[in-house]
Amino acid sequence: MSLTAPIKDHHSEARLFVGRVILSSVIAVILLGTVVGRLVQLQIYDHELFAEQSQGNRVRTEAVPPTRGLIFDRRGRVLAENLPAYQLELIPEQVPDLADTLARLARIGLIKEEDIPRFNGLSSSGPRFKPITLRFRLSEDEIANFAVQRPRFPGVDLQPRLVRHYPDGELVAHAIGYVGALSTADLGRLDGAAYSGTSHTGKTGVEHFNESLLHGEVGFQQVVTNALGRQVPVETREFSDALPASESPKPGHNLYLSLDLDLQRIATKALEGRRGSIVAIDPTNGEVLALVSAPTFDPNAFATGMSPSEYNALQNNENRPLFNRAVRGTYPPGSTIKPMLSLAALEVGATNLTRRSVCIGWYSLPGSSHRYRDWRPEGHGEVDLHDAIAQSCDVYFYEISRDIGIDNMHLYLDQFGLGKESGLDMNGESDGLNPSREWKRQAFRERADQVWFPGETIIASIGQGYMLATPLQLANAMAALGTRGDRFKPHLVAAYEDPITGRRTLMAPERLPRVNISNEFYWDNVIAAMHDVMQSPRGTARAAGANADYEMAGKSGTAQVFSVAQEDEYDEDEIAESLRDHALFVSFAPLENPRIAVAVVIENGSSGSRVAAPIARAMMDQYLTGSTDAF
Amino acid sequence: MRFSDTQRLFAGRSAPIGGLGSILQRLYLDGPLLGGLLLVSALGLVVLYSAVAQNMDLWLQQCIRLFVALIAMVVVAQFPPDLLRRWTPWGYLAGLFLLVLVLVTGDVGQGAQRWLDVGIRFQPSEVMKLGVPMMTAWYLHDRQLPPRFADLLVIAVLIVVPTVLIAKQPDLGTSLLVAMAGVLVVVLAGLSIRLMLFLGVASIPGAYVLWQFMQDYQKQRVLTLLNPDSDPLGAGYNIIQSKIAIGSGGLFGKGWTNGSQAQLEFLPERDTDFIFAVMGEELGLLGVLSLLGLYLFVIGRGLYIAIEARDTYSRLLAGSISLTFFVYVFVNTAMVTGLVPVVGVPLPLVSYGGTSMVTLMAGFGILMSIHRHRKLLPH
Repeated sequence: MSLTAPIKDHHSEARLFVGRVILSSVIAVILLGTVVGRLVQLQIYDHELFAEQSQGNRVRTEAVPPTRGLIFDRRGRVLAENLPAYQLELIPEQVPDLADTLARLARIGLIKEEDIPRFNGLSSSGPRFKPITLRFRLSEDEIANFAVQRPRFPGVDLQPRLVRHYPDGELVAHAIGYVGALSTADLGRLDGAAYSGTSHTGKTGVEHFNESLLHGEVGFQQVVTNALGRQVPVETREFSDALPASESPKPGHNLYLSLDLDLQRIATKALEGRRGSIVAIDPTNGEVLALVSAPTFDPNAFATGMSPSEYNALQNNENRPLFNRAVRGTYPPGSTIKPMLSLAALEVGATNLTRRSVCIGWYSLPGSSHRYRDWRPEGHGEVDLHDAIAQSCDVYFYEISRDIGIDNMHLYLDQFGLGKESGLDMNGESDGLNPSREWKRQAFRERADQVWFPGETIIASIGQGYMLATPLQLANAMAALGTRGDRFKPHLVAAYEDPITGRRTLMAPERLPRVNISNEFYWDNVIAAMHDVMQSPRGTARAAGANADYEMAGKSGTAQVFSVAQEDEYDEDEIAESLRDHALFVSFAPLENPRIAVAVVIENGSSGSRVAAPIARAMMDQYLTGSTDAF
Repeated sequence: MRFSDTQRLFAGRSAPIGGLGSILQRLYLDGPLLGGLLLVSALGLVVLYSAVAQNMDLWLQQCIRLFVALIAMVVVAQFPPDLLRRWTPWGYLAGLFLLVLVLVTGDVGQGAQRWLDVGIRFQPSEVMKLGVPMMTAWYLHDRQLPPRFADLLVIAVLIVVPTVLIAKQPDLGTSLLVAMAGVLVVVLAGLSIRLMLFLGVASIPGAYVLWQFMQDYQKQRVLTLLNPDSDPLGAGYNIIQSKIAIGSGGLFGKGWTNGSQAQLEFLPERDTDFIFAVMGEELGLLGVLSLLGLYLFVIGRGLYIAIEARDTYSRLLAGSISLTFFVYVFVNTAMVTGLVPVVGVPLPLVSYGGTSMVTLMAGFGILMSIHRHRKLLPH
């Protein structure tokens, strides 16, 4: 101890120290008292508030998506179902080495080498605990292959989920449509809350039009989550003392369609390798029995998801497989409108049942040298209306067209449903075109173009020129002919079924205004002529109508795709396939009380009677007699 | 002497013949203090087990740390206070050297340069938590108390140098605690209350200067305290979730390992700085009051030992160590309950973590040494 240090007074020093300790203790007790006061405030006074906040923190309401309704054909065969499928998922945070894992998955063939960069991007963008889907649907072999190797792939697993499946997808693709992953556009259109658990929605066809029936009602459940929003496994949920109630989802309605899968199969096979469409309708109630557009596609690819390159291949295919020709394809109806024009001509007095006319193979307007040709260069000789229908004499119709007039044509074809949407329960139908003077006035900008020319009436009389119709409209018109004027709105959904109560609701046939023909006799004659088309020695489609167990009526048509110059001959073998005529055929059967009306359109198929008619025959055989020998 | 009666009474009570008492006496351990510390630690381990989500590995690590810390306490208790006093300047200088070394070569951990790797990784700033009060007490030991102004200036230098070195790491929280330990010595030594008030007023412009020197994250912590709801998912998140945890615990708590805030990871840093909130949620007000009671007992025993101490160095050091311990408890609990800014002070003996526990226990070892050696020292 230094000598220079002042003398310490130990006694007073100790007293000073004790004083300071007491002072500090008092301050300490005050401070600690503040903390205790705060604790009492938080844990006693504000306890309820914080208890509620803590509950809100961890309990999350999660949507439970409903099961989509099934779709059946008219005989109860499944057209769309939900199959459990295994998808391959990867949870980034559980994968020790992402690059290595993906490389090894590619080596055993479960993913494609070129997809690896995409998965790398996906796994780094989202939350690390959220699974990313590597493959939507694994085959049985792939499932087995992965199952044995699973221990080598921590963080990668098979996940079951329900996938929309169309067992005969290619047969019904254009009618049923397909479901696809919900897009932002879909979410804008649909009720976001109702779709909060749903991944897919109907994109086209029946799936789209009947979305509200098929979807069902979303349910919800309360799940306990941690701070990252990750669901906590059930066994650690002991702190979920009183979870609010949950509600089961209500599955969507099952749909029973009027489609007949057998007819779809025949029609699809008949159109294989071609572009075209077939529509069959029950004339007595408007039920659509078949609706086929070719080429077709596999709707399952949309449900399971496909790569951008696969989608582009479908989209850019020159045969346009995604284009629904049955309701959107518009074709010149050609001679298929002759029966309807005949009725119009009889009704307005432009001709009568006995008037005869000589066909020399062409027709010219008075004072004009322009020749309107008959399809048969040598002509049909002397024909009456009956012959003109049965042999499809163009010149007869050229002659009477002037007396019918374009506006009457328009009026009667309009009654048969041409030029406007038929009202099918499917979106995206085309209007087609049923021309008139009024239409032309409004369709063209130049005054000179707005005038209706007499020549345009002549070519309209054989369904050429401006006139366009969809296969669906042609089938509808044929149904109206078969019933002698009774018309129904065509529909695909025959009934829907509540999956819980099992109660089925039938869709009542919806009557449309009758075709207004005053004399029943006119119907008899026109139908008889159509019968002769099929089953008389001179009928144009007699080959297709031969040896049928029932009586049928039909009319072939050939629609020009390009005009043959006045001096040239149309030679099928010499022109490119894409410029060949479209082949059309419309028919119904049986003759009395018809049960099926069919329209067949084959793009560039050349001849309606030769190519299109046998298909209609095969479908009628199947539908009316159950025989499928022809195809 | 005024305290001799108590002293005799105590000596007689705590030194029964044979048994536990004699073992404690031979190891220079103080029974009540050791008991209090063990109870706090045991309660801490129980809470920690829940806070680390029943992770046995982490929990066992903490048990080992606690064991090591207790060994350190026993070892330190063997050194008589006058020996510690004579070594103090050298220890202090060594601590300064290490702090400089850390700034030059230290490892970076959690954004700050605090760690030194010399076989084992440790934070030299921890050494200074004891080094600074020891040095201050050493300086005042043979000087007249209350300290004169010249002495205060010397002490100010002794405190400020390590404080600045630690603050530069940057570790504002620890540097403030180290400075606090030194200042507490001076306060206990009789620093004039008027001077303290003056310094308090003068610190208002000082706070402004400090604000200018603070890192953005430090400023953020202060601002967040003033209005935690302003940024509920960012800086305010910790405090909001901590208050929800404590408040939702209520009087009896949600039950051990059943705290949804803690177990479902809503509560950040649940096993370190915010472990008090885990306790509040799971064991309720009764649980946290028991812990605070135990703390109070330990602090009270420490202050009692300080009063009983025979020489200036011992009593100043013992008082400072006890009050520093209180400051830790207060700052952590006040921070977790949203009374003061989040400054990153662990809850002593409960939070997960190594170095600070060893330092704390070594400090208590000094207290025990002071108490148990006092009769052997000539006065």
